[in-house]
Amino acid sequence: MTHEASAPASRVDIVHALRETAITALIAFGLLLPLIGFNTVQNIHNELVLETRWPLLAAMVAIIAGGRFLHAILLAPWLARHAVRSRQHGEAAHPAVRGRFTRLLVPFTLGFAVLYPVIALSLAGTQGAVKWIDNFGVQILIYVMLGWGLNIVVGLAGLLDLGYVAFYAVGAYSYALLANAFGLSFWILLPVAGCLAAFWGILLGFPVLRLRGDYLAIVTLAFGEIIRLILINWVPMTNGYAGISGIPRPTFFGIPFNASDEGFAARFGLEFSPIYRTIFLYYLILGLAMLTAALTVRLRRLPIGRAWEALREDEIACRSLGINTTNTKLTAFAMGAMFAGFAGSFFAARQGFISPESFTFMESAVIVAIVVLGGMGSLLGVAIAAVIMIGGTEIMRELDFLKLVFGSDFDPTQYRMLLFGFGMVLIMVWRPRGLIATREPSTFLNAPRFSLFRARKAESAQPSLARERHG
Amino acid sequence: MSLASHDAAMTGASPNATASSSFAPILHVEHLSMRFGGLVAINDLCFAAQRGDITALIGPNGAGKTTVFNCITGFYKPSGGRIALQFGDPGVWDELDALTERGTRSASRGDGLLFLLERMPDYLVTQRARVARTFQNIRLFQGMTVLENLLVAQHNRLMWASGYTVLGALGLRAYARAERAAIDKARYWLDRIALTERADDLAGELPYGAQRRLEIARAMCTDPVLLCLDEPAAGLNPSESAELGRYLHAIRDEHATSILLIEHDMTVVMEISDHIIVLDHGQKIADGTPDDIRNDPKVIAAYLGVEEEEEVAEGDVQ
Repeated sequence: MTHEASAPASRVDIVHALRETAITALIAFGLLLPLIGFNTVQNIHNELVLETRWPLLAAMVAIIAGGRFLHAILLAPWLARHAVRSRQHGEAAHPAVRGRFTRLLVPFTLGFAVLYPVIALSLAGTQGAVKWIDNFGVQILIYVMLGWGLNIVVGLAGLLDLGYVAFYAVGAYSYALLANAFGLSFWILLPVAGCLAAFWGILLGFPVLRLRGDYLAIVTLAFGEIIRLILINWVPMTNGYAGISGIPRPTFFGIPFNASDEGFAARFGLEFSPIYRTIFLYYLILGLAMLTAALTVRLRRLPIGRAWEALREDEIACRSLGINTTNTKLTAFAMGAMFAGFAGSFFAARQGFISPESFTFMESAVIVAIVVLGGMGSLLGVAIAAVIMIGGTEIMRELDFLKLVFGSDFDPTQYRMLLFGFGMVLIMVWRPRGLIATREPSTFLNAPRFSLFRARKAESAQPSLARERHG
Repeated sequence: MSLASHDAAMTGASPNATASSSFAPILHVEHLSMRFGGLVAINDLCFAAQRGDITALIGPNGAGKTTVFNCITGFYKPSGGRIALQFGDPGVWDELDALTERGTRSASRGDGLLFLLERMPDYLVTQRARVARTFQNIRLFQGMTVLENLLVAQHNRLMWASGYTVLGALGLRAYARAERAAIDKARYWLDRIALTERADDLAGELPYGAQRRLEIARAMCTDPVLLCLDEPAAGLNPSESAELGRYLHAIRDEHATSILLIEHDMTVVMEISDHIIVLDHGQKIADGTPDDIRNDPKVIAAYLGVEEEEEVAEGDVQ
């Protein structure tokens, strides 16, 4: 019966797929004709010459059409079958499987993060590992930390902040200026930078308290630009576009990472290598990020964290329950800003040089994208999104073998933004609420309070409860 | 202890005692008016809600009932008038005029506290003056669990116990104890509304009637002396409405909470109210017991409009 029915159906499917393919090819051709088909090049006389790139255009259109055909003929029927099957099985099985997966994922990810420098060292050697630890490890962890900090403001309190990079800048400049002016150490200035950023967070918070949603987003965006423009134009203080250089590097409990006799390598009887500082920086940012995560987890279980989430759900209901929404919002702003300040001072210490170029709106947008893609409020989701977004763009630099395919002047990093957008569209289509959209309640009534057992108990209890309710 | 001081007042311990004992409502609204631009939503409204009573505020659509609620709970600043709320020693009512003169928010005498609600921001009305409210369109924290909804309602006490987060973040035992007490209180209310089984489910996934009950329980978790319910029976079926009536009576009888409610379902109103105030076009048109209201020609006219004369005639015949 099903076999007989599927034979004519598949013929219709192919016709349908071909039609879809033709339409897609037409759209792709129309879109790519001006983008790829034509190219302006400056010739030797400084004149702009229009070039055509028909083979490349044809290849692109062919790839897109082929992809559409495969989607229509293979992927779409498979997805449909899958949807039917999961509907038949009921949805109860799905979260349980995901729950077990997520529970294993957290310790695994944590273990990997701790062992990452060792793995990099053993795979790439002392010379090669610097790049992998610094460009990937440290860079990703900075964004993980920024994502987790912004997660408090956007994910928990539901206040869309598009100017988050301003607090990152405040932290970075606080460290750079105070360290250069007073010669204070990184460990003293780290909390100072955090406090200054939190102070600016409250300062921003006050005027925008009445705003919500789009209006809040616009004002915070403007705030981010104001900070950046101040950094550019207040030349006597910030040195403008030229930035601040010679920022002191963090020391290992007072021992600098340099080639001198007092340096880290000499003290510990090791051969001097930049790798030690890199590894130290890696564990430093890992520690800071873990601090952010631990504090977020802790605060979520305290009344302030619940009030943040309640504020996200319904501000009027919050006020009707006697919650001072002004203070609640300000603490969210301050807390988020403080972590950006920590990350900023780390950034300044790691780079040794900062300029307003590092704190553009693009950075804010990337951090917001990380939080939204990861799933608002989910620490694990935000971390995964940061790895994909930052690690993904960094890995583009490593894809030199593509030059063999596309010719020697092909530069994969130029397609960074294209893939970035593509990934975002994919996630928004398949997981519109972010990679991890499930929210773990802050406390339970009908289950033991210890976290690992609790989750398992809740899952196993659910079907029996459901049976009671229905039967 | 408030009863004892009340008795003391009754026996005439002070010259003002007779005045205070005869004047001991929980809420006293005087000459309240609210204008939005040219629109007069409430005009010179005066009423009192007695302690331990269920007072109903009824009236046709657009009569200004919800606006009255919003003025009482601080969501609107009234254009004029005075809203006074008192709990503890009723003798503090004598301070009312002095308090009004002074321009401050509250006065106290013994353990009695008197608040001028129109001077307070919305969250302080709940926090200090202990007025809780529910909303016409249910406003639960849909994405949070049932239990969390009830814990958020105990925010201020928990905030204090957690040393404004600092001590709680350090993991002090005092906070753990306070949280356990808060969960016990939540459990008590969950048992009352028969939702203990579903405590860890999302509030938004509950059936409509359960959401209504939960919203009332959440308001009760703030320990109110006055509970303002905006159409608690809206959308409930008859058996759920009857259950709601029993629930409200239980709250009135077992907790030191007076209830002020807006309701359209006349069966519910007549069944559960001790006192009814009828509004029409922002003005009070009647005030009395359910029996008085049922037979009041002005009320019948306001509700039935054109059939005014027939209804009056019918009432006369009876």
